[in-house]
Amino acid sequence: MTVRAAAEAPAAARTARRRRLAGRATPYLFLAPGLVLFGGLILYPMARAFQMSFYDWKVLAGATSTFIGLDNYARAAGDPVFWRGLANSGVYMALSVPPQIALGLLIAMLLKAKSPSQPVYRVLFYLPVITSWVVASLLFKYLFADKGLINWALGDVLHLGDGSTSWLSSRWTALVAICALGVWKGIGWSMMIFLAALQGVPQSLEEAATMDGANRWQRFRVVTVPAIRPTLGFVVVMLVIGGFNVFTSVLLMTAGGPGGQTEVLLTYMYRQAFSNLNFGYGSAIAVLLTVIVFVLTLIQMRLFNTSEKDER
Amino acid sequence: MKTLQRTRPAAAVLRHMLLAVGALVMLTPFVYMVSTSFKSQAYVLTIPPQFVPNPATLNNYIQVLTTQDFAAYFMNSVAVATTSTVISVLISSMTAYAFARFRFAGRELLFRLVLVGLMVPAMMLIIPQFIIAKQLGLIDSLPGLVVFYVAGSISLNTFLLLGFFQTIEGELFEAMQVDGANAWTRYWRLVMPLSTPALATTTIFTFLATWDEFAWALTIINDPAKRTLPLAIELFQGQNATQWGLVFAASVIAVLPVIVVFLIFQKYFVQGLSSGAVKG
Repeated sequence: MTVRAAAEAPAAARTARRRRLAGRATPYLFLAPGLVLFGGLILYPMARAFQMSFYDWKVLAGATSTFIGLDNYARAAGDPVFWRGLANSGVYMALSVPPQIALGLLIAMLLKAKSPSQPVYRVLFYLPVITSWVVASLLFKYLFADKGLINWALGDVLHLGDGSTSWLSSRWTALVAICALGVWKGIGWSMMIFLAALQGVPQSLEEAATMDGANRWQRFRVVTVPAIRPTLGFVVVMLVIGGFNVFTSVLLMTAGGPGGQTEVLLTYMYRQAFSNLNFGYGSAIAVLLTVIVFVLTLIQMRLFNTSEKDER
Repeated sequence: MKTLQRTRPAAAVLRHMLLAVGALVMLTPFVYMVSTSFKSQAYVLTIPPQFVPNPATLNNYIQVLTTQDFAAYFMNSVAVATTSTVISVLISSMTAYAFARFRFAGRELLFRLVLVGLMVPAMMLIIPQFIIAKQLGLIDSLPGLVVFYVAGSISLNTFLLLGFFQTIEGELFEAMQVDGANAWTRYWRLVMPLSTPALATTTIFTFLATWDEFAWALTIINDPAKRTLPLAIELFQGQNATQWGLVFAASVIAVLPVIVVFLIFQKYFVQGLSSGAVKG
């Protein structure tokens, strides 16, 4: 009996220890598949992009890549196409973000009150969001064609100009067309986000403002805007990031042309990497873009946070 | 004067007019796309434009479905999007479960790393990812699409699911633990069934994102037999003088499943959007 107990004790301790170890390993086992994929195919490439940006990277097997320090960045600084791409990305942001916010918010305000037609409108305005970028880009290329619907609408229906603008063959008109696509495709998203936020605006505040004789615009400014300020901040940040990420629409509508006039940062990066095989230079552009987006995000977050604090 | 005093009905009329005009502007491109898909090439770019095709023809659809290997591209897209979605939702839910229910060394750090993935746009990584795919022999293969789509969706899905998992009552877990259920059983039999709404949301968003993905497919797929729908449609457009009728017949076929999914699962879209961070 005692002999047996003595023999069993270490065994029991061993299973207990094994169970404890297994217990400690459990979360890591659950994490493993996700983190291995994420680490290997997202985090590692991030580090690689950073590293490659300091090299004259050779794609071909056998060729050695040489470390060239900041040369790729210096090249970007002196590359007019890079600067034009940056400017075009900035123009895209400036022309597409404000309308998405203003119109998205306007539609959300109009749809705020529950009515039988509300769900139908919500679906209609959201449809462009779920349409693939490839389809939407080709559709807008077609709409903005020389003999397309837009020229017909401007010339023959609205009588604005002669309706013979060759939209996609010069820089500014092409950017307008690309922005029009961005706005058309994005309004539904900001509308949905604002609609959710507007449900949270306290009804009592609205009523109190009405009693005080505030008109619609005053109520909007004094009650609605402060109440949805965090959402407004979130939408601005997301749209600005999205604006700098514009790629597919530009590639399919103008391919950066004519003569690189409508190149944005990402199409230029893509061309440098996969047409010219300048992987190092392409990586440098990608790193620069990441830094720009990151800094802009921080600035905006700071901006929206402080203005919130000021009001308290 | 009477109308001025009774502002409410006037405001309602104005509201409906604005909405109707807005909806009309938003819908016109779709209507025109569908109408063009029923036109022969001669009627595709005419002034004034034809909204109702005359003569209408089914030729574009017939040509897309029979002579252009379109069925194969469609099946490629179905296979890639379905596989990526199932794997991603499964893996992300496991990751989210670990973060939601366990305290372990390195938890904070690992979670921050996952959040980094939310901030880095996919296009920034495309050059090194291409090199890695090449080293792994994943160029020109559908698994090459799946693996990277899954990796790219883990951050967002983990984040969305974690928010939901954290709302599940801790007592339920303790009760199951007392009954001797191990961690896997608790995950599979408790967390997953209770989280159907959140799982539906992540499933739908992942499916749509992978169904529409273009840049990565453009980068690694060369073999015509391995094209997905976005690639195939883009190439229709690139061939000779653009056959717009053909392009839009293909587009309509590609967009229809998405619209159907959206109409059926609308409420999950709204939930996903309001839990933040999802940009279509």
